[in-house]
Amino acid sequence: MRYVYFATFLLTALAVGILGFRGCTSQRPPLEVFPDMDRQPHYLAQGASPFFADGRADRPLPPGVVARGELRANASFYEGKTANGGWVIGMPEGITVDAQFMKRGRDRYQIYCTPCHGALGDGHGITKLYGMGATPTYNDDRLVKMADGELFNTITHGKNTMMSYADKLEPSDRWAVVAYVRALQRAQRGKVEDVPASHRAELGIQ
Amino acid sequence: MSKLFPKSANRLPLQIVIYLVVLGGIVTAATTYYATPKYIRVGYAPVQPVEFSHALHAGNLGIDCRYCHSNVEKSGHSNVPTSQTCMNCHSIIKANSPQLEPIRESFASGDPVPWVNVHVMPNYVYFNHSVHVARGVSCVECHGRVDQMEVVRHEKPLSMGFCLDCHRAPEKVLRSPELVTKLDWVHPKGMQGQIEDGKKFVHDWNVKPPQSCSGCHR
Repeated sequence: MRYVYFATFLLTALAVGILGFRGCTSQRPPLEVFPDMDRQPHYLAQGASPFFADGRADRPLPPGVVARGELRANASFYEGKTANGGWVIGMPEGITVDAQFMKRGRDRYQIYCTPCHGALGDGHGITKLYGMGATPTYNDDRLVKMADGELFNTITHGKNTMMSYADKLEPSDRWAVVAYVRALQRAQRGKVEDVPASHRAELGIQ
Repeated sequence: MSKLFPKSANRLPLQIVIYLVVLGGIVTAATTYYATPKYIRVGYAPVQPVEFSHALHAGNLGIDCRYCHSNVEKSGHSNVPTSQTCMNCHSIIKANSPQLEPIRESFASGDPVPWVNVHVMPNYVYFNHSVHVARGVSCVECHGRVDQMEVVRHEKPLSMGFCLDCHRAPEKVLRSPELVTKLDWVHPKGMQGQIEDGKKFVHDWNVKPPQSCSGCHR
C-alpha cells in the first residue's frame, strides 16, 4: 500500500510541476473547455472576419453615406466657419459656456493635449523631453488673437506635425477644449491687477 | 494447502476505501485550484507585434489611459488604438525605430496592427466598459496596475465570482469618475473611508448592479 501512496505522491508532484501555480506568467492563451460556447459565430468590435477581403469585421462606410443624425450641415458648429467662409469668433450657436462646459474642456485637454502642449499650454509637455521640439506655446500674441474657429479647425484636421484629433474628440468636446485653451491663455497672461484685491493675499501678492 | 492470500489481505478493503477517499480529496483540491479562471486566465501575457510598454507610456510619461483607449467612455467596447494614435508622437519621436515598423506599415497601408487581445471574455458574457467607467469603477479593478506592466498581463480572473463580488458590494470600489484612470489612487482614509464614500455614490447615483442571470448573460 505504501507504494501506491508513494506513486500517488509522485504523480501529484509531477502534475504540480507541470501545471505550476496560480498566477504564473504564460504566453499561451487560456484554455477554453467548450470553445463553441466561448467563441460564438458573431462579429465583435475590432474583430476579424475571413469573409471580407481586408480581413476586418468592422466595415468602412461606403462613400457618400450619411448616418442618421450625422448630416453635420451646421458649418459653424462642425467646421468652425461662418456663412461667408471666415472663422467663427467666440462659440458657435448652441453652446453655452458654463462651469460644467469648462470642466469638460479641462478634462479633455488634460487627456489629449497635455502630453505635448503641457498642463499650462506653454508647449512644454512630456514629449518635449523626447524630441518633440516644435510644440508652440498658446500664450503668444499669434495664438491669443487666432479666431476660435481656427483653433477648432486645428483640433479637427491637425496642423504641421500635429495630426487630427477628430477621432478622439467629439465636435462639442473640441469646442470645450477651445474654451479651456482660452482660459489657460487668460491665466498665463494674467496681471496682478486682474486679481481682485480681496483675493491677492491668498496668492501671496501685494 | 497453502494460503492464497496472506493475513494482511484482510485489511485491504479498508485500506482501499481510505486510499480512494485520499485520492478523491486530491482530485477535488486539484480541480478547485486549477479548473478556475484564477489559474486558467491569470498570468496570460501574450507576445505583441510591437513591444509596447504600458509602464513607460502610462506610468512614467503619465499619459492618460483614454488618450489611446479613447472610446472607453462612449462605447461598450474599449478600443485598441488606431496606428494614427501612435503616430501622433512617433512620427517625430523615434520615427525610425525598427521596433515601430509594424506601426508605420499599418499607418501607411491602413491595415490594422495585429495586436493580441489579452482580456477575452467568453461570448456569452455581456460587459459594457462605458457604464462602469461612467460610474467610477476604475480600470485598475479589472485590469490591475497596467501602468506598471512592461508587458500586459491578465492580472484578475474576470470570472463570474469576480464580477459578482463587486456587483454585490459596489461601495467597496466606486470612486469619483474623475479618478477612474488614476490607477495608483486609493482612498486617503483607507477602506473605511472608501466604503463611506462608496455608499454615498451608490445612493446618489442609484447604483443597482444586476445580480440576475440576464444582467450579463443576455
